[in-house]
Amino acid sequence: MEYSIRDLEAKANEIRQDIVKMLVTAGSGHSAGPLGMADVFTALYFGNVLNYDSKNPTLWNRDRFILSNGHICPVWYATLAHAGFFPHSELASLRKLGTRLQGHPHHCVLPGSENTSGPLGQGISQAVGMAYVGLKMKKEPWRVYCVVGDGELDEGQVWEAFMFAGKNKLRNLTVLVDRNNIQIDGFTEDVMPMEPLGAKWESFGWHVLEVDGHNIKQIIDACNEAKAISEKPTVIICHTIPGKGIDFMEYKYEWHGVPPNKEQAREALKELRTLGGKIRSEHE
Amino acid sequence: MVELIPDLFSFNIAQAPIRQGFGEGMMILGKENSDVVGLCCDLTESTKMGDFAKAYPDRFVEVGVAEQNLAGLGAGMAHEGKIPFITSYAVFSPGRNWDQIRVSICYSNNNVKIIGSHAGISVGPDGATHQALEDIAITRVLPNMTVFVPADAVEARKATIAAAKIKGPVYIRLAREKTPQFTTDETPFEAGRAYVFREGIHCTIAAAGPQVYYALKAANDLSKEGIECEVLNMVSVKPMDETTLIQSAKKTGCVVSAEEHQITGGVGSAVAEVLSKNFPVPQEFVGMPDHFGESGEPNELISKWGMDSKAIMGAVRKVISRK
Repeated sequence: MEYSIRDLEAKANEIRQDIVKMLVTAGSGHSAGPLGMADVFTALYFGNVLNYDSKNPTLWNRDRFILSNGHICPVWYATLAHAGFFPHSELASLRKLGTRLQGHPHHCVLPGSENTSGPLGQGISQAVGMAYVGLKMKKEPWRVYCVVGDGELDEGQVWEAFMFAGKNKLRNLTVLVDRNNIQIDGFTEDVMPMEPLGAKWESFGWHVLEVDGHNIKQIIDACNEAKAISEKPTVIICHTIPGKGIDFMEYKYEWHGVPPNKEQAREALKELRTLGGKIRSEHE
Repeated sequence: MVELIPDLFSFNIAQAPIRQGFGEGMMILGKENSDVVGLCCDLTESTKMGDFAKAYPDRFVEVGVAEQNLAGLGAGMAHEGKIPFITSYAVFSPGRNWDQIRVSICYSNNNVKIIGSHAGISVGPDGATHQALEDIAITRVLPNMTVFVPADAVEARKATIAAAKIKGPVYIRLAREKTPQFTTDETPFEAGRAYVFREGIHCTIAAAGPQVYYALKAANDLSKEGIECEVLNMVSVKPMDETTLIQSAKKTGCVVSAEEHQITGGVGSAVAEVLSKNFPVPQEFVGMPDHFGESGEPNELISKWGMDSKAIMGAVRKVISRK
């Protein structure tokens, strides 16, 4: 289905509302990262970037999507539900006993997933392993997309994986970095400075792109450019605002790992429904 | 009883490094199964992956000194239908990359075979940093994992071939030094089975790795004192053959476990878990006594730290006195 950019922005807003509802129902989980990545996930799943069939999630030629920073899974779960991988009503089961929506994603139970993640740095290595098989061994047409967090880049393993992908010129691999500048203990540049970030990947033999992570058209265009790069893997540094869309959460690292309480959730949902007071909510 | 070589205690018994059997197994798998791939961390020759790498360059991947990435790459490749054998020294894999093995491989039940070479104190002069004495504990504790500790090179070859047929994670522990080659092509090997390598009535010795041969030697020497030991090869540490172990404990009434590993959490612990639940008998543990190793010649270290046949004999006498 073709969506206009306006439709996609509305979809991202619905996904943000779902994230708030899931987190307040669960009573625990991460807020800032998922809200900040809603536009990237919308672009990937509804902007004709990923090739997938939610009714046949193991289709051989599907693109592989790997979430490496598993703690932002609420945005992924909401997106997968909107894409039809499982019933939307299941979102309410996040983090509850018996759920398929584990606190951190578990591949063996989650439809539409390729990997289990949570401990940082592990998803990217698996993504690189998949890309290696696809490109070098099976020579198949599908691509691999992997989302990593910027705090996750503190892990040595990610650089092992980036080095390996550069050496093997894995052109079928696109990595999207959630560059929201926060991690649990504070701002990334205070906890462990990582700039200049783009130059690091360039020196590892990667094609580097930077986008406004809330500009859905830019994200889609960058993903399409990556498909056309034929000699190296691509990283898209997505500059995002943690807690995007909810004024009292934006830019605040304190919201990395906590959910809103009921009152905060009401306020957040009102802000999302009214687009920050620009329109009247039908729920008022 | 199973078939072993005829002249078991010959002074000239053939010797081979256990890791060599892995290399031979990989060559057989290379021919038999095109999904088998090999990954290594800058230790291709010493982990005996070299022949496979030369024969099947398209199915061999050099990862560099990056064991965490090694485990993740293996998981990703298994997800795409390959059967990756990821190799390094046991201190690095599963030592350094245990979290990756736990989450990317075991929790996800990815079909990855983890080959830990140079395990045990018999690595010798390299010293404690390179002597994996904890690898059995940290692998057998993981759900979905199968753990093999082969007793010699021929058994390592069989374990390697068997691992490829198991759908799920497998850890195979290998040793560096040459040790007696005492099983034959005909000696049976099956995942989840322990084998009676010598029958006896006074004490069971449940051993794994090179200690199986030391146990046979100890049993032979003790026989001269009138003590008849039953020797079990516990090559399949997980799943463990509870039936064979319990049957033997019922027959002999006491057990000595023997391994080249920390006593805490190793084969002896696995044996005790089975017996304490089903048929509790006195048990003595031959293994590393909660201590790091050191540099020295393999036989000096095995003897100093009490993991040779003499130590096993002492443990047998002691456990019989506790019956």
